[in-house]
Amino acid sequence: MASEAATHSDTVDPIHQFHINNLVDFGQIGHSTFAFTNSALFMAITVMLIVGFMMLSTRGRGLVPGRMQNVTEMFYEFTANMLREAAGSEGMRFFPFVFTLFSFILVANLIGMVPYFFTVTAHIVITGALALLVMAIVVGYGFSKHGFGFLKLFVPDEVPGLILPMIVAIEILSFISRPVSLSIRLFANMLAGHITLKVFAGFIISLSTFGVIGWAGAVLPFLMVVALTALEILVAVLQAYVFAILTCMYLNDALHPSH
Amino acid sequence: MADKRSDEERREKADGGHGSIADTDLERRFADLSRTLDKGRRVRQAADKPERTDSSGYALALRIASEFIAGVLVGAALGWGLDEVAGTSPWGLIGFLLLGFAAGVLNVMRAAGKIAGPYDRLDKDNDGGPARHD
Repeated sequence: MASEAATHSDTVDPIHQFHINNLVDFGQIGHSTFAFTNSALFMAITVMLIVGFMMLSTRGRGLVPGRMQNVTEMFYEFTANMLREAAGSEGMRFFPFVFTLFSFILVANLIGMVPYFFTVTAHIVITGALALLVMAIVVGYGFSKHGFGFLKLFVPDEVPGLILPMIVAIEILSFISRPVSLSIRLFANMLAGHITLKVFAGFIISLSTFGVIGWAGAVLPFLMVVALTALEILVAVLQAYVFAILTCMYLNDALHPSH
Repeated sequence: MADKRSDEERREKADGGHGSIADTDLERRFADLSRTLDKGRRVRQAADKPERTDSSGYALALRIASEFIAGVLVGAALGWGLDEVAGTSPWGLIGFLLLGFAAGVLNVMRAAGKIAGPYDRLDKDNDGGPARHD
């Protein structure tokens, strides 16, 4: 706290925005505190925004959709098409899951762009949990569909026995790296983007303490922040899309063994 | 007069008798029309494309880079963990890091569509089997 106050006086601490604060303390479970944190608050806000918007926009149930209903229907159609293209019409059984995942990440990324808001997806705990959920569904569905034949996943045919152990090890590593790359990509993009924004915004404040010349110089980082904000909104949408499309592709692998 | 009538009759006969020719002619014109429309659609899609490939190319680049890094990281983490448990430092780290690089390359090749995914293998075993029915 002391260092935080010290850094606050002259420069902006770019990491401070990721601090997790306990808002309501419920006590302890084991040795860790059990609390309602700002992260949980923003996840709740995300879910409430999505549910509220969906319910409000489809309240009219117009045959000819209004403006709000059109947005919801377009989002629905977009997700449905994405899933159908990647996993076929059989994949539509996972539609509720993919739609929930996509809308949660998209809205969480986007409300993270609002100043003073907490970016839920910039924490690897969240993205890791989401990626593990995806892989759990892939593995669970694969085992329920193929039985123990699903383990053949790691054993290619027509491989000489001598190098088979090495190939199996590489295949297993490749499989394990899937949730890792899925979670790290989303988390690293959000984290790096928000830190970059904060650093450039900090330049403006630092430069403006130097008087008129500083103000003139501060125009450059200010332009940079404007450009970066636009880029970050693109990245927020893009990363949600990438997460969703990869989920679809992994689900497709479990659904349709033949491509 | 008689001449004109026979002319009409002949024309009628030609229409009735060679109806299939008229049908095929119609079909040919339909095919021509759909070909023309397809061409226009393709041109429009080609015009629309650059914008789309920009963002999806960026997504693909990010994806391929992170796939490779993830392979290496998982290999290193597993090797390090094995060393910690079995006390074989640094051999586990070295071996698994190398395997991790291989897995990373494999991930990249799969992401780029150069190698078929591992799930193709399952298909061969289930060919015609009951497992595929659902």
